[in-house]
Amino acid sequence: MSDLDDLYQEVILDHNKSPRNFRLMADANRKAEGYNPLCGDHVTVFLRLQDGVIQDISFQGSGCAISKASASMMTAELKGKSEAAAHALFDKVHQMLTSETNGDTASEKVGKLAILSGVCKFPARVKCASLAWHTVNAALKGESRPATTE
Amino acid sequence: MKAVSHLADSRAPAGRFDVARIREDFPILQQKVHGKPLVYFDNGATSQKPQAVIDALAHYYSAENSNIHRGVHYLSERATAAYEEARSKIRGFINARNNQEIIFVRGTTEAINLVTQSYGRTFLKAGDEIIISAMEHHSNIVPWQMLCEQVGAKLRVIPINHDGEIVMDEYRRLLNEKTKFVSVTHVSNALGTIAPVKEIVALAHERSIPVLLDGAQAVPHLRVDMQDLGCDFYAFSGHKMFGPTGVGVLYGRGELLEKMPPYQGGGDMISLVTFEKTHYNVLPYKFEAGTPHISGGIGLGAAIDYLQALDWQGLTAHEHALLGYATEALSNIDGLRIIGTAKEKAGVLSFVFDHVHAHDVGTILDQEGVAVRSGHHCAMPVMQRFGVPATTRASFAFYNTTEEIDILVRAIHRALKVFD
Repeated sequence: MSDLDDLYQEVILDHNKSPRNFRLMADANRKAEGYNPLCGDHVTVFLRLQDGVIQDISFQGSGCAISKASASMMTAELKGKSEAAAHALFDKVHQMLTSETNGDTASEKVGKLAILSGVCKFPARVKCASLAWHTVNAALKGESRPATTE
Repeated sequence: MKAVSHLADSRAPAGRFDVARIREDFPILQQKVHGKPLVYFDNGATSQKPQAVIDALAHYYSAENSNIHRGVHYLSERATAAYEEARSKIRGFINARNNQEIIFVRGTTEAINLVTQSYGRTFLKAGDEIIISAMEHHSNIVPWQMLCEQVGAKLRVIPINHDGEIVMDEYRRLLNEKTKFVSVTHVSNALGTIAPVKEIVALAHERSIPVLLDGAQAVPHLRVDMQDLGCDFYAFSGHKMFGPTGVGVLYGRGELLEKMPPYQGGGDMISLVTFEKTHYNVLPYKFEAGTPHISGGIGLGAAIDYLQALDWQGLTAHEHALLGYATEALSNIDGLRIIGTAKEKAGVLSFVFDHVHAHDVGTILDQEGVAVRSGHHCAMPVMQRFGVPATTRASFAFYNTTEEIDILVRAIHRALKVFD
C-alpha cells in the first residue's frame, strides 16, 4: 500500500462520511472546544461524566477527513471508559501519531485506532488527528480555555 | 480576468515569454518530489529564488561580510555600499522619489507594525476611525486592532461582494471626518483580487487621510509606482518577490516619515547619545535600529536586478494566460467552486469542494508533486465571508506553465477519486 492509501483507508473515509456521535449533547456536564490555529479546524467535544466514567460522548465541528474520522473513532472508543482509561489511551494514541510504529505494535496498544497510524508519515497532518484527543483531554480536566494543538 | 500592469514597460519588446529558459534560473524547480516533478503553486506563501539571488547571498558572505555604517575598513565600506545600492535599486523599482523613503524591515508584517506603532500611536486618538477592507491578511488587521486598543480608535471594515471585490460605495460611506487612516491590500492573498487602490487613495486624500497599501502580493505580479499610486505608505516582503526571507520594505512619504518617532531604539538609529538625551539619526536610518539583515537587503537588490531584466509585457501576458487557463480548467471540475472571481485578479486561484476538505486535497496533491496551500491563508475573516473553513489555493508565478496546471487538474481528479 502506498503511504496515501495508508492514510485514507476505507474505515477512515467511512468515519469521515458518516461520523459517529456527531451531535450536540444537551445534558453534557463537560464540554471543551479545540482549535488548530494553523488551519482553522474546529471541534467541540461533549461529555457526560458520572462517577469517573464517560457515560456519553459526542462532538461537533468542521475539519478535514483525518480530524473528523479521528474524532468519530475517538468517541466510539471512549464511550463507557473510565477517566483513567481515557487518559491512558490518549498517551498511547499520541505516541502512535508522533512516532513510527508498525501497524501490529500499534494495534496491540490502541486496538481499532491503529488504523490512524498511517498519519505519522504525514507530519503536517498529525495535528489533524490529535485535535479531538487534545480537546477531550481538556474536557476531562474541566479546562475552560479552548484546547489547541500547539 | 485581467492581470493589469500599472506601469507598462515600454523598453521591453513584446513577444513570447520564454518560460523554459526562465525556469533554468531557478534550481529548486528542477527537483522531484515523491518521485514526481515538483509543481510549485505556493508562490503566494513564498516565491522561489533565482540563482542570481542565491549567488548574491553566497558572494556577500564569502567576499563582503562586515557590519555596515560604522567601520572605516575596506570590507565595511564594501558591505555598506552594497547595502545602500540595494536601497537605490528598490527605490528605482517602485519609483519612489528618494532613497530616504525606503526603509528596510523584516517584511510586510513589520512594515505595518512600524506604521501603526509609530504613526498611529502618535497621531491617532480616542474616537478616531481606521478603515481596512474585508479581504485583509491578518497582518493588516491585527496591528490595527492592537493600535485601537492602545489609543481607543475604532476599526471600520469595507465589505467585499460575492466575487471578492471591494464595495466602493460602502467605502465612500465609511469615509467621514473621524477617519484618520486607511489601510488596504493591493492584491488579496486569499482571493487574488486586485483592489482599485488608486481610487481608494484618491478618495482618502480628498479628506487628507493617509493611506497604507499592503503590497506583499502585488509586487511579484505588477509594476508598482509610488508616485503614480500616490499612497503614503507601501509595505512589501522580499521573499514573495524572489528575494530572501527576513527582509522587506516600508516605503513612506518623506514628509510623514519625518514627523514620525522611531519605532525601535538602538544602534544605527541615533546621531548622538548621552544619558540625558538622544538625538535620532536622519531618514531612513531613524527607523533602522540595530544591525539589519545585510545579506537579505543585498539579496533583495539582486532579485530586483533579475526582475528588471525580465520582459514585463511578456511576463504580464504569460501570468494572465496562466490564470485564465487555470480558471477554465478548474471550472470544468465537477463540484469545484472557485472562491474569488473578481474581474481584476492576479496569480491566485482559491477553491473548495463541498465534500472534500482543503487539507485532504493538499495532502493528495503533494503526493503528486504539486505544492499548494490549504487553510485559511491568514485571512480568517475572508473564509467567514464566504462561509468556508478553508480553501485550497494555487498561486502562480511567472515561472509556472500551463503543463503544470494540467498536472494540478489530474491531481485534483485523483483526490476526488479517493473521496468518491
